[in-house]
Amino acid sequence: MSESLRVFIVDDEAPARARMKALLADIAADLPNRLVGEAANGIEALERLATTPVDVALVDIRMPQMDGIELARHLAGAENAPAVVFTTAYDQYAVQAFELNAIDYLVKPVRAQRLAAALEKARRAAPPAREALARLAAEPRRHLSVAERGRILLVSVADILYLKAELKYVTARTREREHLLDESLTHLEQEFALRFVRVHRNCLVAREAIAGFERSAAEDGETHWSVLLAGLEERLPVSRRQWPTVKAAFAGEGRP
Amino acid sequence: MSIRQNPQPTRLPDFANLGVMLRSLLAVNLLALCAALARNTELTRLPQELVELAALVEPPLIASVVLLYMAGSRLARLPYGAALAIVAAACALVSVLFHALFNPPGLPLTGLPRAALWGAVAAAAILFYFDLRSRAFSPAVAEARLMALTARIRPHFLFNSLNAVLGVIRSDPRRAEQALEELSDLFRVLMGENKELVTLGEEFALCRQYLALEHLRLGERLRVDWDVDACPADAQVPPLMLQPLLENAVYHGIEPSPQPATVTIRAAREGEEIRIALSNPYHGENNNHAGNRMALENIRERLMLFYDLEARLETEAKGGVFHVAIRLPYRKGEKS
Repeated sequence: MSESLRVFIVDDEAPARARMKALLADIAADLPNRLVGEAANGIEALERLATTPVDVALVDIRMPQMDGIELARHLAGAENAPAVVFTTAYDQYAVQAFELNAIDYLVKPVRAQRLAAALEKARRAAPPAREALARLAAEPRRHLSVAERGRILLVSVADILYLKAELKYVTARTREREHLLDESLTHLEQEFALRFVRVHRNCLVAREAIAGFERSAAEDGETHWSVLLAGLEERLPVSRRQWPTVKAAFAGEGRP
Repeated sequence: MSIRQNPQPTRLPDFANLGVMLRSLLAVNLLALCAALARNTELTRLPQELVELAALVEPPLIASVVLLYMAGSRLARLPYGAALAIVAAACALVSVLFHALFNPPGLPLTGLPRAALWGAVAAAAILFYFDLRSRAFSPAVAEARLMALTARIRPHFLFNSLNAVLGVIRSDPRRAEQALEELSDLFRVLMGENKELVTLGEEFALCRQYLALEHLRLGERLRVDWDVDACPADAQVPPLMLQPLLENAVYHGIEPSPQPATVTIRAAREGEEIRIALSNPYHGENNNHAGNRMALENIRERLMLFYDLEARLETEAKGGVFHVAIRLPYRKGEKS
């Protein structure tokens, strides 16, 4: 019994989950496996996986709220991350990306032998690297994940007011609190270029969160600018180098 | 599906179509402009010459368009060669009549042969233009585009549907049977020639079958609001005018939606027009809209092929809802 593979299914379509369950039962004689849970989207899957140890997750790519690739990116940061096998009905773009990055995937409708082979392989192989998953993503993530006391906590990108690099970590500030992220500011800047603007070497501010600018004169007679944030007392200094870009970005949105 | 090699027989344009009338007026005026430019020796006199020429050209032109409008259905029954000769002769005759009518009394009627030639040449040139135009659109080009569209959009739907059927085949064999029947009906139409017009009632039936299949896959997440009772079911429409739009609505509006969402289909007759409106939730820039635009362009093009300027397809994304509005002339389908 201890040898049986613990499998988790993530798919937004009930018949697709039913089909996968039937196939897992069919191959159980050759490949002992046990279904330990299922979910209809990425967010639900993360919640359940936090409390359920799993060997392999079968993950559909196109799902509402959080798609399969974003789910895999969050899982990659977790302890004891399960191996991920992607499933897709038809998505030329995704399939090409998988081939390029040598990540295993199954095309639905899946055949029993093909499923058994993918599970066998996934059991032994290392989970896909975060960089490879990042290359697969067609669009920016909607959430950032924070490892907290062994659990994965999701922070909605829409709630983040600014991102600040400090020594080893990046801090994400929401209205309520701060989170420590294990990511690089440069990568975040590239992924969320539409949402955040760099105001300083170590700081990205959400365009939506900028309420205005404040000018202060320093002793050397030069003027310095800082960003006023909507809903926070804190001010963030704008570097002289970034000021023209920030000013232009702000003016471009037609605000006062 | 094979592309038919033999081209469509040459046909007269539909002279009762507003688009054809406008294009005729425009084309003849362009011819007149060319003539004026060719004759002109002194640029400052050009406006004056244009006005004089317009006074000569417009009355017979408008009279010819009206005449063809009235005789259109009868001409359409004749062989193309005969119809061409009659149209050219009629236009020459109209031109001569107006020339004689406007000739100042007392002066000899010297320009009659020239007027006749002008009328005949203008008519022939315009018929030639319409023939070229219909060849450019049909049949190979339009068919190739239709094929490109079906080849591009269907796989997602086909494989997801097959997977859903496999998902229920053990627990609910009857539902699986029914789904396969729906799928085969749908593909019979998708792989058909798609040339002739179908009735709106047939198109609605196809849409219902399609939505039943999607319902198997998406369950409660897909809600459909039909309001088409006020619409005559015998109105003629191009085949597959609505089904691809519904497929777009499901792909972009329902599948990415976290909550159950509704696709709305309304159709009604207003005077001599049929108006159809579809709407679905819209999820902003997270979607790839290339497929969506392609389906819309394809349908717009086919509407134009069948109705020219009298049909219209408009889209709008407002307040989180994507709207498609189609207007087309009400033409009753003849039972063949």
